[in-house]
Amino acid sequence: MKTFGGPALFLDRSDINTDEIIPAKYLTEITKEDLKPYLLEDLKLPGFDPKAEKTRSAGVVVTRANFGCGSSREHAPWVFEVNGITAVIAESFARIFRQNMFNCGMAAIELPAGQIDRLFSFADAADASIALDVEGQILTIKGGGRQESVSFEISPFDKALVLAGGWVDYADTKY
Amino acid sequence: MGMTTAQKIFAAHLVDEPFAGTKVLKIDVVMCHEITTPIAIADLMARGKDRVFDRTKIKAVIDHVTPSKDSKTATQAKMLRDWARRHDIKDFFDIGANGVCHALFPEKGFIRPGNTVIMGDSHTCTHGAFGAFAAGVGTTDLEVGILKGVCAFREPKTIRVNLNGTLPKGVFAKDAILRVIGHLGVNGATDRVIEFGGPIVAQMSMESRMTLCNMAIEAGGTSGICAPDMVTVDYLWPFISENFASKEAALAEYSAWCPDADAAYDKVIDLDLSDLEPLCTFGYKPDQVKPISEMAGAPVDQVYLGSCTNGRLEDLRIAAQVLKGKKIAPTVRAILSPATPHIYQEANAEGLIDIFMSAGFCVTNPTCGACLGMSNGVLAEGEVCASTTNRNFMGRMGKGGMVHLLSPATAAASAIEGKLADPRKYL
Repeated sequence: MKTFGGPALFLDRSDINTDEIIPAKYLTEITKEDLKPYLLEDLKLPGFDPKAEKTRSAGVVVTRANFGCGSSREHAPWVFEVNGITAVIAESFARIFRQNMFNCGMAAIELPAGQIDRLFSFADAADASIALDVEGQILTIKGGGRQESVSFEISPFDKALVLAGGWVDYADTKY
Repeated sequence: MGMTTAQKIFAAHLVDEPFAGTKVLKIDVVMCHEITTPIAIADLMARGKDRVFDRTKIKAVIDHVTPSKDSKTATQAKMLRDWARRHDIKDFFDIGANGVCHALFPEKGFIRPGNTVIMGDSHTCTHGAFGAFAAGVGTTDLEVGILKGVCAFREPKTIRVNLNGTLPKGVFAKDAILRVIGHLGVNGATDRVIEFGGPIVAQMSMESRMTLCNMAIEAGGTSGICAPDMVTVDYLWPFISENFASKEAALAEYSAWCPDADAAYDKVIDLDLSDLEPLCTFGYKPDQVKPISEMAGAPVDQVYLGSCTNGRLEDLRIAAQVLKGKKIAPTVRAILSPATPHIYQEANAEGLIDIFMSAGFCVTNPTCGACLGMSNGVLAEGEVCASTTNRNFMGRMGKGGMVHLLSPATAAASAIEGKLADPRKYL
């Protein structure tokens, strides 16, 4: 099982789409590792720089509603994975992106808007980081001398995929 | 309580329910293209499991970048081609026979009412036009589909959308679905199936129903679905005539997949489209929709006619009707990509290709290319495209480029005027 946690990257907008996460022109790469330089290359947000150390060192993404909408490309979870980001926490996800995350053994965690706001209250802390306990269904955010813990829901199937390391391993033993 | 079409299909294909709310379904058709399949193939080989669950249920096509534009895309095509040959997949479509997957596979009669269909492509929802459950999936779901013939879903609820009234002159399926997406919003149908019905859908051709279902994903929908009827049977008849004594017999069997009268919907939306104007998107999300009358005159650098949304023969006929005897404005460039070789040939036989070329269109081979900014019509920074495709995300057709989504008629009118234009004056 992957470990989930690390420096938090806050992307403060809804409807961030898969073209913004990984532009289609890079879909010609045929290994996941080759996607690494192109993380969030076309995402335009105030103060956001895809090449900044803060982006490159992130372990968890915190964002708003309908994250990962658009294309079915699993290159979106993969570009996170090869950059060390194994969890995304959002108000909601597009279905295919959410399933792709769990299918890869990664975590796509939904929280109500109010709790996402609580996490965003840490966005100005340079040392903001998040640890997720998927089995215990609780996450802890730290930064700027503060700390908060939030419990979250995850479907038993999605949890099983995370524990199995992804859908191929799960399905191969079961079907 | 009755069942929706999606509920009936789920019940008939259920393999396992490992946890409450998670349904593992038997998949009838697994479709593959050269962008999302090669990594699945490579992973299966690395695992020592280079197998396919049923070579007759796998369909494959090279369509996204074809003919290959560089070494990388040639390698992707080669991986799919070698794999199809290795596993003796008969329904593999290579250069000369290839076209946009969601236009080509229906044209070959691969989709039947009640089917479950997956593909590593978000616009797989198109095939719901046949009364099927058709869902776009990622590469891992595709890989398991290839290997095991199953896929897991949270059972979706169904939103019923009734399109009432009649479509006015110059208003088409594309305008109808833009209206629906504008109503639902870009995530209004997430984890939902959109079941389209009502008198307008009953009157629609299969091509128009495919246009409707194609963009269900732009509202977040898992699949679009239209109930099978005689229009469906007529379209499929060349492929099913040996299986049924009559079209009525086929309809009787397929009608089992129609929703029950007392089906339970998540919500029911009634839209009267009798006064609908041609529509056009204005921002970077497909739910940002305005009447063309409010958008007319906005600058356009390129007009693109094609894609799995609007590259079918019906679309070409409508656009040609607008363009006949006219020239495109000198300030625009216009590109037509008929979605399949068959459509291309039919359009040629009907004299449509001549109309497009005489008007000043460049006619390319069937490919997805420009729609996702990969080839055959990529935009430069700051350029604007009036496009019959399905996504207007910032940079979708090229970094820094903007896309207005609209119908083939509105695209053709915009080509003539060199700016966004109302097609009704040309019809």
